Amino acid sequence: MIRTRGLTKDYVVSRTQTVHAVRGVDLDVAPGELVAVLGPNGAGKTTTMRMLTTLVRPTAGTATVAGADVLTDPAAVRRRIGYVGQGNGAGRFQHVVDELVVHGRIHGLGARTARTRAHDLLDALDLAGLAHRKVESLSGGQRRRVDVALGLVHGPRLLFLDEPSTGLDPHTRANLWAHVRRLRAEHDMTIVLTTHYLDEADTTAERVVVVDHGQVIADDTADALKRDLAGDRLVLAVARPSDAPALAGLVAQVPGAREVDVDGTRVTARVADAPTAAPHVVRTAATAGLEVTEVRAERPTLDDVFLALTGRSLRDAGATATPDDEAATAAAGKDAA
Amino acid sequence: MTAATLAPHPTTPATSDARRSWWSDVWLVLVRELRPVVREPFSVVFGLVQPLVFLALFGPLLVGSVGSGLPAADVWLWFVPSVLVMTTLFGTSTTGSNLQDEMSSGSHERMLVTPLSRSSQIVGRSLKEVVPLVAQALLVVLVMLPFGLRPAPAGVLAGLALLAVLGVGLGAFSYALAIAVRSQEWMFWAVQQTVLFPLMILSGLLLPLETGPRWMQVASTANPLRWVVDAERALFAGDLTASAVAWGFLAAGLTAVVGLVVGVRAILRSTD
Repeated sequence: MIRTRGLTKDYVVSRTQTVHAVRGVDLDVAPGELVAVLGPNGAGKTTTMRMLTTLVRPTAGTATVAGADVLTDPAAVRRRIGYVGQGNGAGRFQHVVDELVVHGRIHGLGARTARTRAHDLLDALDLAGLAHRKVESLSGGQRRRVDVALGLVHGPRLLFLDEPSTGLDPHTRANLWAHVRRLRAEHDMTIVLTTHYLDEADTTAERVVVVDHGQVIADDTADALKRDLAGDRLVLAVARPSDAPALAGLVAQVPGAREVDVDGTRVTARVADAPTAAPHVVRTAATAGLEVTEVRAERPTLDDVFLALTGRSLRDAGATATPDDEAATAAAGKDAA
Repeated sequence: MTAATLAPHPTTPATSDARRSWWSDVWLVLVRELRPVVREPFSVVFGLVQPLVFLALFGPLLVGSVGSGLPAADVWLWFVPSVLVMTTLFGTSTTGSNLQDEMSSGSHERMLVTPLSRSSQIVGRSLKEVVPLVAQALLVVLVMLPFGLRPAPAGVLAGLALLAVLGVGLGAFSYALAIAVRSQEWMFWAVQQTVLFPLMILSGLLLPLETGPRWMQVASTANPLRWVVDAERALFAGDLTASAVAWGFLAAGLTAVVGLVVGVRAILRSTD
């Protein structure tokens, strides 16, 4: 459904500064996949999506989207994809149903068909009572659902969602995702989404592509990434600080143990399977006369994956974006026209 | 949460490659842009405030100065066409701010990812300007009839057509400006205001250029608005065959063509 090779976007900010927003991305997405592109602000995920949706011309590389080349046949790409951008796609002064009908007509539906389709979508997205409301009078969550409806009005097989739930409260986010998941199941859609919500990528996507500084640094299922790159985390504590080094020695013998760390009475380590290792360590410690006062087996998060890959926490990465990242974000914003 | 499901669409293939004509694209954009105007014509009525203020407060001054010795009806034949051109100028030159609003909200970006051709989005938007400006112009003429305005009916119709052509061009320029300064929105108003007043004064809208200094008269010849104003006055006076009318249509036509070309180039280049 998507194939990119060496996809690159440079922004010339000034005579002396060129920002490399996306650096040679190779990406393959098969039909029916739900792929989350995860990364901090300025990582290049939105610029990548803008290139795939023909909003931005790549500087170098190739990209085929839904069977059409983004450079040589961008119009065909636009006919075949659905797109939900970061902003609100519906015009502020338009009525909800009118905007859906117009977008259906734009995609080649007849007037009557477009109207039927619009009302079907409004029903499916819990918006039926808002059909004749002006878009600017809707709440943030309602607007977002209208955006999703706009992206689906022509029944695309490939849907791009660019940070679809940013700014929504947890309940509204869950509601939005429930709708998207159901519509996807009904229509066998391929979905590519960008997000900086770790839990969203973890629970929603079947595959996670991690990007940083314009490059893909990991690409797998969330479980595989966590297992292979981060590992489980085992946390133990002993009553006396003097016992901690001995406990650390026992932990170091656990299969797959690494990053064994002692901090006061606490011992932490990465292990292959924390729930299995924890009782074994506790038993061994008791045999050795060490009094274990706390034991915790923690599953890794995607933030642990990002930390393992980059040495930075994804939660903090937005705040620690480099000047290059910020310039790229600003330059990409200029392309929004 | 609803249990409603979305029935697979029977007639729309998911990857529909059906193509429409360019004119169909323009029509869709035009209808979309017009719908809020028609549904809530308040903006059209509000746009009448400025011309009516000029007619009420500036008109009497003209009667007492440049129109001294002339019947009021003749002064209105001189000044009402001016006000109509001014209304067109103010109304259409600010329309780019609507596009700015859509650019910042995300609505414009959404349109760019649809199969609509880029050029149709500028042409359709620019053509939309015709409806409110013609409606406003007609209302101004009707309002002035009780005050002694007696224009030639055929001249009024031709005058409205001339305003429409001019409005399309000015609207297209305004959209092009909005796209060109999209990363610094405040620039839109700075440029619009900087250009607006020289254009207006050098068109002879408010006061006749004939009494002005020579350099202003020379400068005005490069101002398309001046030719349109002269044409409107000739048309309202019933002189439909005057050369001024031909020059006016030529100036408005050139403004429309150049404006649309600049606008289309701006939107095409905006995604490079």
